[in-house]
Amino acid sequence: MMRTGAQILWEALRREGVEVVFGYPGGAIMPAYDALLDSPIRHVLVRHEQGASHMADGYARVSGKVGVAIATSGPGATNLVTGIATAMLDSVPLVCITGQVSSKFLGSDAFQETDITGVTLPITKHNYLVTRVDDIARTIREAFYVARSGRPGPVLVDITKDAQQATTVPVWSDEPVRMRGYRPELHASEGDLAQAAELIERAKRPVILAGHGVVKADADMLLRAFVDKTGIPVASTLLGLGGFPATHRLSLGMMGMHGEAWVNHAIQEADLLIAFGMRFDDRVTGKLETFAVNAKKIHCELDPAEINKNVRADVALIGDVKDTIEALLPLVSRRDHAPWLTWIAEHKGSAAVRDIQTMPHDGRLFAAHVMHDLWRITKGRALVVTDVGQHQMWEAQYYKHDHPKKLVTSGGLGTMGFALPAAIGAKLASPGDEVWVVAGDGGFQMTACELSTIAQENLKLNIAIINNGYLGMVRQWQQFFYDGRYSATPLRSPDFVKLAEAHGLAGLRVTSREQVESAVERARATSGTVLIDFRVEQEDAVYPMVPAGAALHDMIRRPSPIVETAEDE
Amino acid sequence: MMTRLRTYIMHVEDLPGVLNRVTSLFRRRGYNIDSLTVGRTEASGVSRMTIVMEADDDAARRVEANLYKLVNVLEVHDTTNRPCVTRELALIKVKADPTSRAHVLQLAEVFRARVIDVGPEALIFEITGARDKIDGLAGVLASYGIVEMVRTGTVAMLRSADVVEQEQPRTSAA
Repeated sequence: MMRTGAQILWEALRREGVEVVFGYPGGAIMPAYDALLDSPIRHVLVRHEQGASHMADGYARVSGKVGVAIATSGPGATNLVTGIATAMLDSVPLVCITGQVSSKFLGSDAFQETDITGVTLPITKHNYLVTRVDDIARTIREAFYVARSGRPGPVLVDITKDAQQATTVPVWSDEPVRMRGYRPELHASEGDLAQAAELIERAKRPVILAGHGVVKADADMLLRAFVDKTGIPVASTLLGLGGFPATHRLSLGMMGMHGEAWVNHAIQEADLLIAFGMRFDDRVTGKLETFAVNAKKIHCELDPAEINKNVRADVALIGDVKDTIEALLPLVSRRDHAPWLTWIAEHKGSAAVRDIQTMPHDGRLFAAHVMHDLWRITKGRALVVTDVGQHQMWEAQYYKHDHPKKLVTSGGLGTMGFALPAAIGAKLASPGDEVWVVAGDGGFQMTACELSTIAQENLKLNIAIINNGYLGMVRQWQQFFYDGRYSATPLRSPDFVKLAEAHGLAGLRVTSREQVESAVERARATSGTVLIDFRVEQEDAVYPMVPAGAALHDMIRRPSPIVETAEDE
Repeated sequence: MMTRLRTYIMHVEDLPGVLNRVTSLFRRRGYNIDSLTVGRTEASGVSRMTIVMEADDDAARRVEANLYKLVNVLEVHDTTNRPCVTRELALIKVKADPTSRAHVLQLAEVFRARVIDVGPEALIFEITGARDKIDGLAGVLASYGIVEMVRTGTVAMLRSADVVEQEQPRTSAA
């Protein structure tokens, strides 16, 4: 039966199992939007196309499926770019579909024409320009395959308007996709596995570094089995949080720039690092020349291009982390690293007294309090979507995630404005989850327009704005590294409570710690979306902090009178 | 670690934009391409590129791994440590009036360069060979005055029956 390209597009998406897409119509994508009315796929109308790519991203991270964003040509397509780059750096599978001017106008600077395949070339895993109706079905199929296989990532499909309008008899294939130049299946060799196992058997001070790959590969249970057998403690990257239960006795916590002091010290002191699905990002290693100099490194990673990029691996196990752990598990013996764990525990003991939770309560509201209370009240079971900045680090430190895919955050690109739209996608991926948006007053305002989307889609979210009146993380850097010269960081915001109300949502304000619990409980008990404006301490800083480019053990610590007390003992 | 010139032979799908994808990767990762040639092969739909760049061993491995991440790239071979022949072609227009012409021709003869155009003021030579041979000719002609020069960049082929296999299964690049 003859079908238009637009009809074929929706049918192709349906065949890929797509249930919801996020988008915004416009001239060059209008044929597709017309055909959408006859498709069972749900469309969420965003308020800005950046929101569409972030929503698709949040949806993909939580569901494990491919997220889909749709936009028109020109400005619609370029507005997707930040979300695509975000997904690229965090290896999130997206398919972004953009309308393009008709093929006869390509290259003529026609109205709303942008070379979006050129623009997105370095920030997509792959992209396509489709000018023929006969190529649409196959291209969509390939796009989904490329996006989700191997190291996942965003794929953009740019479809000209005439290809959407033209008609053909579509050919549907159920054969596995075969692409000549793309073979994503890689497996570690037996020799390398044996060598890794030998290093693990010999190690006296080993640490596992668990990254995003553990979460993405659904390797959390296997990692747990591996840890229970080998007795090796686990440090997590920001995106690895939840890949190993935070409350497990062998969980150290987060490593890196704002990692806990004992975690960074343990890494620096280790004689073996086993990296599972992480890429030794500069926020994790600090100064490379001084990073874990005494440790052998086993790098388990899907992407061969990551091996020896930042840190030289003694053994590289290339392949899906789940397969790798499964293969390693029978090769290692049951161990108990008691002396090493004791060493770490001693460092933990001395560091914990600097913790803000142990400071005497003086009536001030710290963001760390909010995160801690939120964790306690939600019993650590909420799905938290954070923005980027201080609140993101406090969340990572104080909200203890025991389960994977319960923290959604922009780690690699550090995209402010990510949280609100990503949470919309997350909620649609997992409607049964209690979703909390945690955002700063700065980042929230970058995509606050998506409050309308929440209202229109009747979604139940909980929004915690950690409002300190500053672009807090930049302010903190200015405090530490620019002599406290606050350039362009003081921030005036609208009345967030009224803003929520203007959108038909509920708003609450919290100014002291006593109010936190009741506000959080009220938000949870309300059927609609509730925004809470937490007015927190304005000039608090995230501790500890490894200054950019410093050694991992060179941390700025929270100044605290209690430290002296502890050391006096 | 020591950097040195490396020669890659690549097979890529013959599609619009593939050259852009390859060069964009070098640009983005900060590697400077010394020379790049591209042309058809014995197989339809497949283009062959020869890329020369300067890199140390680590960077070379990463370039190869990153090239493989491009969906349209079929095969990548770093031929630097394998027996192979490399050739480049250059056209060199050099000043040569009746008094100097004989000298210039003599020099060119030594390098086995062919004269392909003779004018009253200048000659054009065609020379084929490895890069250092062309550098050598350009060097000796410089004193007569090179008016213009164009070089194709290196093409490479493994010696004897050693071929760069197409679509062999990929193993770990570590």
